[in-house]
Amino acid sequence: MSLTLEQVHRVAHLARIEISDGEAQSTLGQLNEIFSLIEEMQAVDTRGVEPMAHAQDVAQRLRADRVSEAGTIDQRAAFQEVAPETEAGLYLVPRVIE
Amino acid sequence: MKAWEVVIGIETHAQLSTRAKIFSGSSTAFGAEPNVQANAVDIALPGVLPVLNRGAVECAIRFGLAVGAKIAPRSVFARKNYFYPDLPKGYQISQYELPVVVGGQLAIVVGESERVVKLTRAHLEEDAGKSLHECAGANFHGRTGIDLNRAGTPLLEIVTEPDMRSSTEAVAYARALHALVRWIGICDGNMQEGSFRCDANVSVRPVGQTEFGTRREIKNLNSFRFMQQAIDYEVQWQIATLEDGGTVEQATVLFDPQSGETRAMRSKEDAHDYRYFPDPDLLPLVIDRQWVDEIARQMPELPAARRDRLATDYGLSAYDAKLLTASLELATYYETAVAAAGNSGAKACANWVMVDLTARLNKEERDIGQSPISAEQLGGMVARIVDGTISTNIARKVFDALCNGEGRSADEIIASQGLQQITDGDALETLIDELLATNAAMVAEYRSGKEKAFNALVGQAMKATRGKANPQQVNALLRKKLG
Repeated sequence: MSLTLEQVHRVAHLARIEISDGEAQSTLGQLNEIFSLIEEMQAVDTRGVEPMAHAQDVAQRLRADRVSEAGTIDQRAAFQEVAPETEAGLYLVPRVIE
Repeated sequence: MKAWEVVIGIETHAQLSTRAKIFSGSSTAFGAEPNVQANAVDIALPGVLPVLNRGAVECAIRFGLAVGAKIAPRSVFARKNYFYPDLPKGYQISQYELPVVVGGQLAIVVGESERVVKLTRAHLEEDAGKSLHECAGANFHGRTGIDLNRAGTPLLEIVTEPDMRSSTEAVAYARALHALVRWIGICDGNMQEGSFRCDANVSVRPVGQTEFGTRREIKNLNSFRFMQQAIDYEVQWQIATLEDGGTVEQATVLFDPQSGETRAMRSKEDAHDYRYFPDPDLLPLVIDRQWVDEIARQMPELPAARRDRLATDYGLSAYDAKLLTASLELATYYETAVAAAGNSGAKACANWVMVDLTARLNKEERDIGQSPISAEQLGGMVARIVDGTISTNIARKVFDALCNGEGRSADEIIASQGLQQITDGDALETLIDELLATNAAMVAEYRSGKEKAFNALVGQAMKATRGKANPQQVNALLRKKLG
């Protein structure tokens, strides 16, 4: 399979990446090369092989259900120093409403 | 006119009752100062890594066991990608192809008949933060305020098959699920605080058609009443649209409780292109048989089993047994009361719990956990009714006295307030002799054939003893004396 220019623009939009038409064109070529590589790999018979979910074949370690960080107003203030705008402890963002 | 069949599937987000968040060590407690319970992981600072909370996984296992589902020995976390200001990472960690709980079913009762709703799956995921558009005392200058305290709270998303055929069945399912998650202690079920939120997928099709119609999803139903209203409105809207020759477009809709209508959200067409992929920050979740068995041993008796057992052990009607198993707290309260009253007081305990206690709790807007009278106190009081120390009428006084904290036990109140029934035959006989002497007119009336006069005499006797005489005994004595 190969991608269309329209699909490249759509994926870029979904990922909120701004690309010019020229960039879209060159990205299209690169992505299609990746797709042809995938096509080659798909020729391999993988029947009976369980898909991997992670490159490492180990299980997730779990954490005990314990509050390990009591949040503080000071810590919040430190986090919010880099925020463009805050008020009453809230991060302010351009209005979103459904 | 065509006959239509309604098809409903429900997705529920149940907030899990863990102390810490699903992937971080922040507290999940409700009602903290904004953004104070949001640490570096929750606000998605660069370089942080999620670590899965064992407690959240245990909740999922408990749920799977309670609905007879398969607990996946290996499940995988995936990223669900979308942009929204209350989702700082730009993706939600969820499960997609390999959820932790697969299948299962839940019995619901509609009217007299019981049926089963099949579940598709239940998966673990994190909640997003909250967007506030305005709040008391704060003006955001036309902006939106973001509170990330809720971000990372563990959720179990429980998905049914499109198995329900009416709003009534949908509500019965939601209620049964709500009762179950509270019963097994995995969710507090607080709908006002958003701990239990339902989305309903609704479609209609002509009766007899096998393919489903196009569905619309009603989001964020936070009360059972709204769920019923929203589905009813949506169903009649879809039928009216189709009968007018229109088509139903797949959409997400919101229910407006003010107007009682559903309306489509203005969502862009790409809103549902989530580009799921396995989260490289998390390894597969492996649950071995031993862990599942260990949790199975700690599970409480489930509502349906408890209901059947109450009916059999205490001779309760199916209806009473169902009411008394509305919650684990209520069922435990009832059985504790019976233990104190003795099995011969089981039916009386059921009545006291369902009538007098329920009325009192409703009036005081309390739940059973905050009952002003303990189960032991209630059972102790019923024991005194059963052994004839007090009548049911006097018991109401004792009940109120116990609720008002006038004594520690029924026995203490009966003694201190002199409420013991007069069962001493001699004392009662003397009292009745006096009564007959002072009420000669009534005696004459009775003798002339007026049965009403007899009841008046019984009334006088009860009044004279302040209700403490045994009415049957008074009746018998009067009959004997009046010949």
